[in-house]
Amino acid sequence: MSQRIPIIKIRENLIVTFISDIDDLTALKLQKDLTQKIHEENISGVKITGVLLDLTILDMVDSFLGRLISNIAQSATTMNANTVVIGIHPAVAITLVEMGLELKGAHTALNVEHAFELLDDLKAESEEIVE
Amino acid sequence: MNNQRFFEKYAIDIEFDLVKIRQVVRKIAKLMQFDIVAQTKLVTAVSELTRNVFDYVGKGEVILEEVGDSLKRGLKITVIDNGSGIPDINHAMSGGYSTSKGLGKGLIGTKKLMDEFSIQSEVGKGTEVVIVKWAV
Repeated sequence: MSQRIPIIKIRENLIVTFISDIDDLTALKLQKDLTQKIHEENISGVKITGVLLDLTILDMVDSFLGRLISNIAQSATTMNANTVVIGIHPAVAITLVEMGLELKGAHTALNVEHAFELLDDLKAESEEIVE
Repeated sequence: MNNQRFFEKYAIDIEFDLVKIRQVVRKIAKLMQFDIVAQTKLVTAVSELTRNVFDYVGKGEVILEEVGDSLKRGLKITVIDNGSGIPDINHAMSGGYSTSKGLGKGLIGTKKLMDEFSIQSEVGKGTEVVIVKWAV
């Protein structure tokens, strides 16, 4: 029953749009695919610096999905890429907060445009540190 | 007259049942005119509980009932399994087991989202969690 969520590369960023009614296996596969993709792009010479996760379609984020998003963000960080989450529904945000769940390691932005600006800023920051 | 308006049972058997049960709860919560936040809380809570059953036991059952009287209406969800049970519920509910897959964290989170929450577990027999959310 599990599906595969496409990962789209735009310049140095990877974009993932979550599907509705995502099952656990599909979510776990995405985590693996995404880290693998960062690695593949990096060795092929395109340095991935940003990951954009679009959650617009998700009508619920439980502790499993919350942890998965955190894990994606944290593995991306260890591979020197920043993660920005967009499209969290207000009801989902309220539920996450009341459950005491945090999307650790992930930044948030209002929309795709903001997300790209943020990713550019974060990239510039990390480059400054390197210098 | 019985105040109960519906009573439905769903089996937790395969991984995709979790998605199916979430969809059913969303549909019923909508029909009962829960607001979008309450709908989301109910779907999230049932997701936590059914996943615990699937991950730790493998099989179980979910019962959805409309409860209440002329003054208030609510959705009662009972999640049952015949697994090995939770040896120390207080420990689980205090976050003590939130190590590998996060059994405790899911239960604590679920409790926070609902108006009523009760858990009964007997070692060797299984676990039953009952949650209720009242429609405003």
